[in-house]
Amino acid sequence: MNPRPDDFQLIDEIAGSAEISRLTTTWSNPSGFWARLSNVDHKIIGRRYIITAFVFLALGGLLSLAMRLQLSQPEARFISADRYNQLFTMHGSNMMFLFAVPVMEAMAVFLVPLMVGTRNIAFPRLNAFSYWLFVAGGLLLWGAFLIDMGPDVGWFAYVPLSGPQYASGKRADIWAQMITFTEISALCVAVEIVVTVFKQRAPGMSLDRIPLFVWSMVVTAFLIILAMPAIMVASTALILDRLVGTHFFNPAQGGDVLLWQHLFWFFGHPEVYIIFLPAVGMVSTIVATFARRPVFGYLGMVAALIATGMLAFGLWVHHMFVAGLPRLGESFFTASSMAIAVPAGIQIFCWLATLWDGRPVFKTPLLFVIGFIVTFVMGGLTGVMVASVPFDTQVHDTYFVVAHFHYVLIGGAVFPLLGAVYYWFPKITGRMMSERLGRVVFWLVFVGFHMTFFPMHILGVMGMPRRVYTYQPELPWAALNLFVSLSSVVLALGFLVFFIDVIRSARSGAPAGPNPWQAFSLEWATASPPPPYNFVHIPVVESREPLWMQRDHFPVAEGVRFDRRELIVSGVVAAEPQARESSVGHSIWPFWAAVTTSIMLVWSIFSPWAVVWGSIPVAITLIGWFWPKGTPEDEA
Amino acid sequence: MKAVVTVDVADLPLHGSGSKSPSWWGTAAFMLIEGTGFALALVVYFYLMSVAPTWPLEAKLPDLLPGTVLTLILLASLLPNIWVARAAKRNDLRKVRIGLILMTVAGIAPLAVRPFEFAAMHIKWDGNAYGSVTWLLLGLHTTHLVTDLIETIVLSCLMFTRHGDNPRRYGDVQDNAMYWNFVVLTWLPIYVSLYWVPRL
Ligand code: HEM
Repeated sequence: MNPRPDDFQLIDEIAGSAEISRLTTTWSNPSGFWARLSNVDHKIIGRRYIITAFVFLALGGLLSLAMRLQLSQPEARFISADRYNQLFTMHGSNMMFLFAVPVMEAMAVFLVPLMVGTRNIAFPRLNAFSYWLFVAGGLLLWGAFLIDMGPDVGWFAYVPLSGPQYASGKRADIWAQMITFTEISALCVAVEIVVTVFKQRAPGMSLDRIPLFVWSMVVTAFLIILAMPAIMVASTALILDRLVGTHFFNPAQGGDVLLWQHLFWFFGHPEVYIIFLPAVGMVSTIVATFARRPVFGYLGMVAALIATGMLAFGLWVHHMFVAGLPRLGESFFTASSMAIAVPAGIQIFCWLATLWDGRPVFKTPLLFVIGFIVTFVMGGLTGVMVASVPFDTQVHDTYFVVAHFHYVLIGGAVFPLLGAVYYWFPKITGRMMSERLGRVVFWLVFVGFHMTFFPMHILGVMGMPRRVYTYQPELPWAALNLFVSLSSVVLALGFLVFFIDVIRSARSGAPAGPNPWQAFSLEWATASPPPPYNFVHIPVVESREPLWMQRDHFPVAEGVRFDRRELIVSGVVAAEPQARESSVGHSIWPFWAAVTTSIMLVWSIFSPWAVVWGSIPVAITLIGWFWPKGTPEDEA
Repeated sequence: MKAVVTVDVADLPLHGSGSKSPSWWGTAAFMLIEGTGFALALVVYFYLMSVAPTWPLEAKLPDLLPGTVLTLILLASLLPNIWVARAAKRNDLRKVRIGLILMTVAGIAPLAVRPFEFAAMHIKWDGNAYGSVTWLLLGLHTTHLVTDLIETIVLSCLMFTRHGDNPRRYGDVQDNAMYWNFVVLTWLPIYVSLYWVPRL
């Protein structure tokens, strides 16, 4: 069970240099402008996805600093009420739809194919398409904000506020259509992840040998598949109400406003787990590597992931306690809100047991994990508090809630994510990040975070509502608000140092080698950064921690062709090889399909006919995409 | 650590058919997404019904004829659909070509009836919430009819080119047939909800 003390270095002498050069040609990533737009390598797209999502994090962070500036003193005049409405809506929507969900999927796009030992993600062109659509959605939201058309109805855009009577102009439509962009792209990635994990696992990687991060991404992908259609139905209905006069949410004509809330939270609550479960997978990975032993209770962990995923759908109503529901309904949802604490508890105890029994090495990634456990437990406690209807009624729509969900989102997802960046950065770039700066980042972010958000609980109990652009000097909130605003500068500083470290290390960090942490899973069984084909030979898996078990030999599969893009397709349960399937090559069509789709979607904010005329170019680009080009990959 | 060959896959086929192929799973996953979408649209329908004093809301009951004709056409189209899927499974190019042409016709026929269905609702999308949700359901399903028809036409053309005779294409034909089954099956609960539930 114990890892090898020396560095893992795989020597692959089976392939001669002629063969490797053929592999390199087949899987090459050509440079040049159009070639870059055509690229379908999951590592290149994953890297772009990660970087873009972090750019949105930085932009969303700037918005929150602007809000904190405005709230730092009573009756400040930095920002007008209207602009403030746009700020919190932009901040919330940007963070949820352009940062948190995409960044988790982006990590999976990069890592999952490597962790399951295959050459590329399933449906590589869909992957490229989803990235371009994500970018387009981001440009739409931020472009609108720049011309003072940013949405101002809150990140969940409740009707009637967002409906045709109260939200004139196109601001609410921008929000609704941004949803369409990001959800399509998220759904595409979810499908790719499911199929990659079901069908492209390395021979021998049976279900009980799948790394926990991969498990967490599979459960997440299913949550996306089952939850996101709800918000697509909701946002479509909203656009229809606003554009062509339907009455889904108009009580005067038989519609209903609570319908919006049900649809939104049927998506919105699983959304929290869509962000949180990948983080759980990251934590399990980091804990095992730095505790130097496999995670305690693997099966329990997998069961907890699945249970969390299922319970996530029983929780949506707890966002609507104050909306007035039948008593029994309230009790049911209170019970299930509390039940979700059980799998969360199991996971936390498994991590603690792993650390307890292992020989923990406190590198930066593990520091973030410790920060995560502390913060998340606190966020979970306030979560159990607001799960009780009487208490929720009291603090509803106050800063207590703002504090609670930032504890869960930043503590529960951003901390693990930062740890994950420190952990996988060497694999992605081939270079180490700085341990010294890493500690500085951790302490600034951790302390800055608690100083910023803990007082918000108190502000909430003192009655400060969320989404107010200012408050009167007579109210007893000024001192705490000033403290919060100053603390948010500390937090921001932490992120600044993080970005500096990332850029500096990418240029001149110490070379990492294939497996700098002596970790256990397959992504470390190849060079850093991995070559375009990922592995010279597709690995064969004989245990749950392949790099910790094998002593002097590393089993691989032979017989995959090197002169076309080929990989192994395997069975869902036991991962026995079934076929040598080809994997499509680079293509510009996904880019054009994303362009035409974007034109149609943006146009349809203004005219329903866009759906008719705009879909013609979409169809043309899709046909161009799927029409066979007679490449060797088309052989069967 | 040295790489050692323990598995040789040289003898495996270049393409797995049916559930051995990733594209089968991709189609299934998209069906799950769209099926969830249909289910939610129906939930909206029943939700609005539950808050309405009468159903249909201030409109006559929908006429049965167009919807029923369309349902029968869709059910009948399952026969050539299953036939073409079988032919594709046996890599029988001639039958696949014939079958795809039949399926193109079978895809156009319901689209010719669909406009009458909208009219049979006796209300427009902007009349009231009942009109909105019935048009939403019909519209959603029509989109699926149209997209699958286009896919079938493209596949038919493809099967008459040099790219046609290829196990990968036969797989595409099978996936397309599976998707058409899905479009037909999702219609049935919509049909019952739109036409028969208000009559209960
Ligand atoms: C980086 C430091 C961050 C700071 C200082 C910050 C600050 C704030 C503040 C002050 C508000 C309340 C605005 C109001 O109610 O008037 C807010 C709202 C919100 N934040 Fe953050 N936030 C940060 C990061 C994040 C992250 C990483 C996420 C998501 C992953 C996030 C998600 C949200 C959401 C969803 C809202 C609600 C927006 C709305 O009311 O519509 N925030 N944030």
